[in-house]
Amino acid sequence: MAEMDTSSGGGHKKGPGVKKAKKNSTRVDLTPMVDLGFLLLTFFVFTTTMSQSTAMNMNEPKDDPNQQLKVKNSGAMTILLGKGNQVYYYYGQLMPETISQDFKSTNFAGIRSLILEKKKATPIDDLMYIIKSDEKSTFKNAIDILDEMTISAVPPGHYAEVDMVDVEKMLIQKTEEANGIK
Amino acid sequence: MPKVKIPRKSTTIDMTAMCDVAFLLLSFFILATKQKPPEVLSVKTPTSVSSKAAPDKSILITMTKDGKVFLMMGEDTKKNEIVDDFNTTRGLQLNPTELAKLKKTEFIGLPVGMLKSALNSNREIPANEMPGIPVDSTNNELSYWIKSITNAYKGEDLRKLQDMLLVKGDGEALYPVFKNIKNAFKANEIFKFRIVTEGENVPLGSELYKTAQTEKK
Repeated sequence: MAEMDTSSGGGHKKGPGVKKAKKNSTRVDLTPMVDLGFLLLTFFVFTTTMSQSTAMNMNEPKDDPNQQLKVKNSGAMTILLGKGNQVYYYYGQLMPETISQDFKSTNFAGIRSLILEKKKATPIDDLMYIIKSDEKSTFKNAIDILDEMTISAVPPGHYAEVDMVDVEKMLIQKTEEANGIK
Repeated sequence: MPKVKIPRKSTTIDMTAMCDVAFLLLSFFILATKQKPPEVLSVKTPTSVSSKAAPDKSILITMTKDGKVFLMMGEDTKKNEIVDDFNTTRGLQLNPTELAKLKKTEFIGLPVGMLKSALNSNREIPANEMPGIPVDSTNNELSYWIKSITNAYKGEDLRKLQDMLLVKGDGEALYPVFKNIKNAFKANEIFKFRIVTEGENVPLGSELYKTAQTEKK
């Protein structure tokens, strides 16, 4: 009698002579893909700039001729910014007789200790830093010196940016020529 | 004694999970990083110890290395009002299409005299060919722009506007240009603004460092 083939495998015939279809594994080796994934990951992590730009506050005084700030000679330190990242300074007022001794030059590395020294030696109410920038000084210089004020914790209102006067311009020029700064 | 059979395990591990993690992280980082607008004007800002993050919503004045000044108004600012105000106060007499075009431009780097003709020409002027907004003491056009900005924000909190005003300058730009920008602000009774800088660590042992340390304790 005819019998139904109920064995598994559907209609496949078994037995010798019938070639078994080779079952390929469906698994793929994912190792290269993982490699690629992490490679891209590290690339993106490194290329995105981590440094976020910050903002510095800038306060300008009102130009009011009636409210000129009076500064004590003993508490004033004038910092002048010249070209080539040079810094010049003097204390109090420039006297014609002692101009060559009073007017000194330094750089940004040296100005911090000078600012601190002055701050420690002066009663806080008298303390005043007067910052003057030369036409040849850069924006970076101007920001750096303001930053130095913050670093040395000079309270706001105890430093101000003022225009340079001709005597100072001349002195800077002389010193620059003498030191060979271009 | 019976032999202890150590079952031999396959050395291949299923990498699917690891692959998933890798791509998940990858997609996360790509999506999480903010799309920075392409910087047409390359500016290397000086560093400062300030730790406040620069706001995204801003009116940015950029000063390039060679002293050119550009004005950029962010997406969320009253750009349209500012441009309209500038058009009327400066008597530019731009027609609506020109106005719309001006509002769409990413940044303004042309003197008033060149604006109309540049808007009408088909060729877009590349950023490095733009002369920048004049800021000389004799012809400080930036102060007119700031005037329009203050007009657009009239009646609102001045402090909010001051928080938005940013100056970004190249470290090598000369000081007089910066001074002219300051004068432009001053001319409009704005005495406070912010300067974009690159973050920097507080130097060890400095006064600021010491106060920060005592505050932490």
